[in-house]
Amino acid sequence: MTFKNIKPRKNYPSLVTRQLLMLSLVVLSLFPVFFMVNTALKSKEDYIENRFGLPQGISWQNFREVFLGKDFAQWFLNSILMTTVSVIVSLLIALLAAFALSRYKFKMREGILKFVISLMMISPVIMIIPLFVFMSKVQLTNSYIGINLIYTGLLLPFSIYLLTTFFRSIPQSIIESAYIDGCSSIRILRNILVPMSMPPIITLIVINALWVWNELLLALIFLQKDQFKTLMTGITVFKSRYNVNIPLTMMGLVIVTIPMVVIYFLGQKYFIRGLVSGSLKE
Amino acid sequence: MQLRRKFTEITLYLIPALAVIGFVYFFPLIKVVQYSFMRIKGTNFDYIGLTNYINLFNNPKFIEGLKNSFLLLISVPIILVTAIFFAILLYERMGGWKLYRFTLFLPYILAIPVVGVVFGYIFQLNGILNFFLEKLGLEFLINDWFGSSKLALWTLMFVIMWKEIGFSIILIFARLLSINQELYESAEIDGASWIKKHIYITIPQCRNVISFLSVILIITMFAWVFNYVFTLTRGGPGNSTMVSEFYIFETAFRDYNQGLGSAAAVILFIIMLAMIFLYTKLFGKEETD
Repeated sequence: MTFKNIKPRKNYPSLVTRQLLMLSLVVLSLFPVFFMVNTALKSKEDYIENRFGLPQGISWQNFREVFLGKDFAQWFLNSILMTTVSVIVSLLIALLAAFALSRYKFKMREGILKFVISLMMISPVIMIIPLFVFMSKVQLTNSYIGINLIYTGLLLPFSIYLLTTFFRSIPQSIIESAYIDGCSSIRILRNILVPMSMPPIITLIVINALWVWNELLLALIFLQKDQFKTLMTGITVFKSRYNVNIPLTMMGLVIVTIPMVVIYFLGQKYFIRGLVSGSLKE
Repeated sequence: MQLRRKFTEITLYLIPALAVIGFVYFFPLIKVVQYSFMRIKGTNFDYIGLTNYINLFNNPKFIEGLKNSFLLLISVPIILVTAIFFAILLYERMGGWKLYRFTLFLPYILAIPVVGVVFGYIFQLNGILNFFLEKLGLEFLINDWFGSSKLALWTLMFVIMWKEIGFSIILIFARLLSINQELYESAEIDGASWIKKHIYITIPQCRNVISFLSVILIITMFAWVFNYVFTLTRGGPGNSTMVSEFYIFETAFRDYNQGLGSAAAVILFIIMLAMIFLYTKLFGKEETD
């Protein structure tokens, strides 16, 4: 990706205009985040006297109080559990499927891939009633198994799609020479394809983790008992429970956000590249 | 022998994926159609023909929800045009573009419920937005942004756009990086203006990304806004921010009318399929490069 400096010329928007436009968009993007953090750092008293100004000294009181709240730590653990399990399981299943869809030639191959891709467009709300009826029947509501199974399924179409397009871009000759050396197909996947596919794999981990961590609809319906709630459903409870103490609510939101910002930072290098290479094959 | 081994391997690799997908997508899609013709009370499932569908179309809440879902689509062209514009600014390497790139992507990482709660406070009647408006002497702009049934849907749309636009900017920006520079150079020699250059070169070059994004945005706006509605307005005031997706949730899980909810889900599904089909017919196919 080389790219040359483009010098501003006549009848081009001036540098000042550009910077002003860009800055206003940045302010707009950052303001809510700033507002959230700013409020979260205020003590209760500080907030009452000074709702919109900067905090008078940083108060870590809220941070402690959020975690001391009876359920918060449990919700946090639940969110971590759901995210880890469904992201890992879906990744493993998608790797196997993508391997079959890219390295073998068979009749229904393109048909299956097209079918899987088209599923990406279906919003979960359409499947939710039958899933709920079924899960209630087999008593998998309010359980870790039920929700993880659903999350895994919902993550699969995009994962399979991204991995298949990437696997197909790896030259066949590399695989063939391994076959000649007597490698079994599962070892080819594990020892050759997976190490070569780190950018899309990391992209998937970041995107899928963001998705599960932030998911609300299914968590609301399938995890109604307090002990199974995730952070996202917890937030809505939290907000109404501490409605009078807005700084505390805001601190809860900040804490919920931090893990995802960390994951994004760690995967940033691969993230955008992986996303583009998969979704935008020209 | 060889063929047989190949067949076993393919099956083994595909079975886990197809089994889970079958369970999460295929089975519910068939069932939801079946349920839409039923009255569901606890464990009783009775066929009642088209009653659910007839009730649905006589239900002002559902109609309102459908109308609002379509209204939210207005944001798709707005997002696309804004995103293309800012992606071009980033691409032309204005000072600080790396920093801008990071900040513009930040909203995309935030969870929607988090965004919802924060914006809920910002747009409150005694919230910070109205506070600023008052300080700036713009009292006439002060509004109960989510409390007024006239404004609530547009405020909601603003929040959704705020969150979704970063993704579009980054994706278009990434595509711009791979455009052949010579195209621009020859246009510059011909003395093309900035606007002309981008209309005749950049946009056709980004055709694929733009159509990919349009499909994603259409789906998002039409059937993936539950989180915003749930955390910000719950469909209110009145039915002014009711959308189809939230209607399905409320009908099935608050009013326990799963038959009616299924019928609404089927209609939402059909509309989405129709829109995507129409879209690919109109803009799809043709490959560039």
